[in-house]
Amino acid sequence: MGDFSTWLAMGGYAAFVWPSYAITAVLLIGLLVVSLWNLRRGEAELARNDRAGRTGAPGRRDRKVPHP
Amino acid sequence: MHRFANPARFQRLAGAILPWSAGLTVLLSIVGLWFALVASPPDYQQSETVRIMYVHVPAAWMALFVYANLAVASAIGLVWKHPLADLAAKAMAPIGATFTGVCLITGALWGQPMWGTWWVWDARLTSVLILFFFYVGHIALTNAFDDPTRGTRAAAVLALVGVVNLPIVKFSVDWWNTLHQPASITRLDAPAIHPSMLTPLLLMALAFFGYYVTVLILRLRHEIVCRKLRALRLTQGMGAPAMVEQGGS
Repeated sequence: MGDFSTWLAMGGYAAFVWPSYAITAVLLIGLLVVSLWNLRRGEAELARNDRAGRTGAPGRRDRKVPHP
Repeated sequence: MHRFANPARFQRLAGAILPWSAGLTVLLSIVGLWFALVASPPDYQQSETVRIMYVHVPAAWMALFVYANLAVASAIGLVWKHPLADLAAKAMAPIGATFTGVCLITGALWGQPMWGTWWVWDARLTSVLILFFFYVGHIALTNAFDDPTRGTRAAAVLALVGVVNLPIVKFSVDWWNTLHQPASITRLDAPAIHPSMLTPLLLMALAFFGYYVTVLILRLRHEIVCRKLRALRLTQGMGAPAMVEQGGS
């Protein structure tokens, strides 16, 4: 346990080392999640349009598409 | 080049690459983080803060690399009016902005304990901040017009203007006196860094590269979907299905 707390303390620089990694992870994972989420929404919208087109319905073109 | 610029061919190629790039990103991140945070030694001058380097430097490399990609895509989009290149540029800018943001924030977190300041207005730091503004400007311009073609063109011109800034970022540490240390890896002689520190640095850089490829594919697919939806909307709106594929609308 002593080893682990020494490691966490980062030689007294824990307040700089850990936030660096945390902020990097939050930003990169955040962008990944937003990108995935937008793609899913767009694909679902396209699928709805395809179905609507096949049945001859007017389609849901009033829906907003995410566009970052 | 044109062989890969066909959207259908891109989708096939991207589908083949995506599982590999995603898997390798996860694997390289885990191994890279192990080396960066556990298995590498503290620096004799900088102690444990040297570990910030393993995210800061790869983020900086990617910030420059993505901008070079953005400029090439913009040039292809402007000269050959290639719709996939335009969409690629649009997909790249937020990724590059994120890497630049990571570089600036981790740089501040490294500067405070080592230089005694979060920020100095010197050549390296200022030119990276300008790089960040070019990315943000690109994103803003792309979305600033009702007609997406106009936004894409304006953003592409901005991207090409910003290329001037790339060598300034790269060589600022050699051209001007600065607090920032010069390059350790890309020197003409051997790298001035011990293998125990070079290993996590290169692993994290590869992980960031894999992340870039993965997220770029996802974002580019999203742009292609949006383009299809815009085309569908136009055909439904005008009742003239033949008119829409022109001009990348």
